[in-house]
Amino acid sequence: MSENNANAAAEGNIFTVSKFNLWYGDHHALHNINMDIKEHTITALIGPSGCGKSTFIRNLNRMNDLIPSTKLEGSILYNNEELVNSDIDVSKLRKEVGMVFQKPNPFPMSIYDNIAYGPRTHGVRNRAKLDNLVTESLKSAAIYEEVKDRMSSSALGLSGGQQQRLCIARALAVQPRVLLMDEPTSALDPISTGKIEELAMQLKEKYTIVIVTHNMQQALRISDYTAFFLLGDLVEFGPTEKIFTKPEDKRTEDYITGRFG
Amino acid sequence: MFEAHKKIINTEKIAYWIFLVLGVMNVGFVLMICVYLLIAGTPAIVKVGPIDFLFGTTWASTAAQPKFGILPFILTSIYGTIGAIVIGLPLGFFSAVYLAKMASRKVKAVIEPMVDLLAGIPSVVYGFIGMLVLVPGIRALFGLPDGSGLLAAIIVLAIMILPSIIKVSITAIEAVPEEYTLGSLALGANKVETIFRVVVPAARSGISAAVVLGVGRAIGEAMAVMMVAGNAANMPDSLFQSVRFLTTAVASEMSYSSGLQREALFSIALVLFAFIMVINGILNMLLKKGIKR
Repeated sequence: MSENNANAAAEGNIFTVSKFNLWYGDHHALHNINMDIKEHTITALIGPSGCGKSTFIRNLNRMNDLIPSTKLEGSILYNNEELVNSDIDVSKLRKEVGMVFQKPNPFPMSIYDNIAYGPRTHGVRNRAKLDNLVTESLKSAAIYEEVKDRMSSSALGLSGGQQQRLCIARALAVQPRVLLMDEPTSALDPISTGKIEELAMQLKEKYTIVIVTHNMQQALRISDYTAFFLLGDLVEFGPTEKIFTKPEDKRTEDYITGRFG
Repeated sequence: MFEAHKKIINTEKIAYWIFLVLGVMNVGFVLMICVYLLIAGTPAIVKVGPIDFLFGTTWASTAAQPKFGILPFILTSIYGTIGAIVIGLPLGFFSAVYLAKMASRKVKAVIEPMVDLLAGIPSVVYGFIGMLVLVPGIRALFGLPDGSGLLAAIIVLAIMILPSIIKVSITAIEAVPEEYTLGSLALGANKVETIFRVVVPAARSGISAAVVLGVGRAIGEAMAVMMVAGNAANMPDSLFQSVRFLTTAVASEMSYSSGLQREALFSIALVLFAFIMVINGILNMLLKKGIKR
């Protein structure tokens, strides 16, 4: 899997966002966002509900394409390819930039078929190769031991935390470079949350992770960089340690010290 | 104060009994039909002999030496229903996929009410259009002396079952959670792959319910097929054969029948009823399975 990540983009930035604006109809939802996301790091997007962080993350794999009457301006470079209003192959982009959602969403099929779905979609038919991909993905998502004896039973029978790790395994099975996580633990109990956080920290060796979270402690625990969004503005972006200890903006300080949010 | 309370209880009690009676009446109707059909339908089967009745290939109810074999009707009903499903299912299924997942809101707003309208058209109108358009069309297309027959009936039935297949399939497809679609797209699958590999499999119990519902409608339809099937009691050897369905066999002779002939018609109704019961049983099973999942 690692040869996929070998050719890093210039200066180690996998995403370069500059002067990015987004409108839903007349609503100007994101204002002039500038942000570099470095390879093999975890970048946390924090901020109160409705601040635009989930909207923003969906532009990194073009999932915002699904929402009608969206207007975009500016630039997001992924691996030096323009994503904004460009004519790229979104299937290929989404294969490289995987996504894990807030609510675990395994397909109503067997555990094996869930993981094999992505590779099959991208043309892998060889049984041995599929078996290997499934096993490796489940191992990488730290769920293999729990499901190895029931690969053919329905994924819907797993617990919420297991389902979420299965979804991470499913995303890993197409051998992405980036994993976008949109509040992946907000529907989970603390123990499952801990497992996902631990997993995220392991995964950054091979992948780049961008995670949206409501939980500031989570951002502090696992991320290398933190971006604070407020009402569609990127208020502050920098190393997590600095954001949480010496924030430059008064609003960031107020938010992380719990004065609003 | 207490009196007012008492009054409420009284109205509730009255309402309870009214609804109970209404509910029981429904069950009563079904039971009555069942019992009556059994009583009225059994004698002829016994007199003719169950084997001769069900598997006899000749129906000559008014001959000097009458014969009551209903295999032609049974086979016609089965062939006609299968034919209607073979044509109607893909048509209805793909329409449903299109309407539920691909059509723009405007297109959907035009087509969906039309599908509803299709369901509301009386069957005699279908038969009428079939007689005026379909039958002459088949006659001209295949160079036959008469266009009415099994094929015409199949096509009319296929169109008649479309609305139920489309409506039930749409409901089933739309009930599939949006998260499945998002999950699939996020893995790099395109829209068509997502629909056919995730959404449709997730909706399969509802879609099979649509099929069974269509089967039920097709096998129970009488008027429209009577007008286009030619209505002769032949074995359905070819698509152009003039044939009689179980339903039309009952309908076409009932008005002038008597004696054993009349009893045999009741027996045909009983056989039809048995078919419908089995189909409904399957339908209920599928729907229950869908809810469980």
